Amino acid sequence: MKTFFYTLKQSFIQFGRNLNMSIISIFAITCMLLILSLFFILVINVNTAAETIKGDYDSIEIFLSDKTTPEQAQEMVDDMKTQEGVSDSFYKPKEQAMAEFRERWGKNGYLLDSLEDNPLPNSVVIVIGDLEKADALAEHAATYDGIEEVKYYKSTVDKLLDATKFVQIAAIVIMIFLIIVSIVVVSNTIKLTVFNRAEEISIMKYVGATNWFIRGPFLVEGIIIGVVSAGISLGITHLVYSKIVDVIGDQVYQMLSMPMVPVGFLTVNFAWIFLALGISIGSCGSIISMRRFLDA
Amino acid sequence: MDTIVFDNVTKHYKSNIGIDHVSVTINEGDFVFLVGPSGAGKSTFIKLILNEIDADSGSIKIRGHEVVGMSARKVPVLRRNVGIVFQDFRLLPKKTVFENVAFAMEIIHKPKKQIQKHVPQVLTMMGIADKADKYPDELSAGEQQRVAIARAIVNKPKVLIADEPTGNLDPDTAWEIMQLLNQINQRGTTILMVTHAKDIVDKMGKRVIAIEKGRIVRDEYGAYGYQEALEKAEMTFDTVQLRNRDTFKARFRRGGDEE
Repeated sequence: MKTFFYTLKQSFIQFGRNLNMSIISIFAITCMLLILSLFFILVINVNTAAETIKGDYDSIEIFLSDKTTPEQAQEMVDDMKTQEGVSDSFYKPKEQAMAEFRERWGKNGYLLDSLEDNPLPNSVVIVIGDLEKADALAEHAATYDGIEEVKYYKSTVDKLLDATKFVQIAAIVIMIFLIIVSIVVVSNTIKLTVFNRAEEISIMKYVGATNWFIRGPFLVEGIIIGVVSAGISLGITHLVYSKIVDVIGDQVYQMLSMPMVPVGFLTVNFAWIFLALGISIGSCGSIISMRRFLDA
Repeated sequence: MDTIVFDNVTKHYKSNIGIDHVSVTINEGDFVFLVGPSGAGKSTFIKLILNEIDADSGSIKIRGHEVVGMSARKVPVLRRNVGIVFQDFRLLPKKTVFENVAFAMEIIHKPKKQIQKHVPQVLTMMGIADKADKYPDELSAGEQQRVAIARAIVNKPKVLIADEPTGNLDPDTAWEIMQLLNQINQRGTTILMVTHAKDIVDKMGKRVIAIEKGRIVRDEYGAYGYQEALEKAEMTFDTVQLRNRDTFKARFRRGGDEE
């Protein structure tokens, strides 16, 4: 415990005496974290969009002509339930469709009040359990009498999911590169400070200090740098993302009928991610940069 | 008790010999000078004791502990039990005199109270108590060497190794440092001192081990007595020492007149 406080005290002294280097390191890590956060925001929102779309469209909707009776619709439902790959099927009257539509429009739902008639058709919804069978099911549905249209989005969903996956993988690859780059930058920065102190380290070794005793303050210095950077980037990200949600959140909602990830949720999660990244970049950087001097 | 025992120790470098089949015993309480021309193996001898390098063969025992093949983990412990003083002082530049000496106690986790009490004592003993808050670059060479000695002895090591401790000092200061080392030796610390300073060795009249080409060529009590080696050594003296040599001679002449 005494050693811990000693190390902590020495680290702060070191941090102060090497303020220029510390600031450069903080700047480097903060920049990296900000670029990372950009990708995180993108990935998280793309994921949310993908989930929304998947939930909406893993189904086939058969729009019925107004002449089709609920009994006929019920026959379709029963028939569909016997098909392979169907997990559920139900009749959705036009009133229910309108209610869902209104709900999705949220606070803009009042616009629908001006409609005199409900223009939406009755429909039969088929929830697909096995996406492989979706094509066959859509074809089968098209053979019923009294239908207007079979709405089936599989190819759209597939394309979207492919695109999402691509964005995710690309983002992960870029993030890994960024993390490596920041470790290199930070370890080089710390290496410069260590280089200034190589003589000191050799003296400490002569007097009989263990490697960990010497490394401790440098390690904690790296961690302090990491934590400070994490704090700064988190603050900036929070401000910028709040602004973005304020400005385009509503438009996004209207265009994609999907909400953006809430600011609070994002900030809390980013806090942990940034802290973890900042600390690991800072500490890895300092350990890597000291290795050469301690081996001797 | 035998403090330092070399038993048939050999260390060769790629292109030259470090030391070659050296066997020697230094007893507890000894004050030993290690002399010889540059490149004779004196540095190798010291580096082997501190386990800065490992011997090719043979055995080195420091107070009964084998140093050859020692695991890297134990090296710091070895070094804490062997005080060391260098020609160029090697003080930590960003620490004050007090902090420099305290550092040696901090690394062995001595309580703060003990550090606060013991460091000033040692500084007083070295005659630099009033410099405790100064930084090394504010001190004279002699004062810096006193700090270095204070740091080396603050943990009361049984062995003190001094690698040309007077090499950067003028003769008067050098002699003062020798008096300090002598005091430390009289309190029971074994001292091994590498030096080129013939006058000091002659004046002290202690045990002298002469190394040449990696072998011990002479081991006896008395004087430097080693003319050829001295000449070679003098050729490698740095300019500071060359400059100092004149003052040195002048001082001796003066001293002679007075007697």
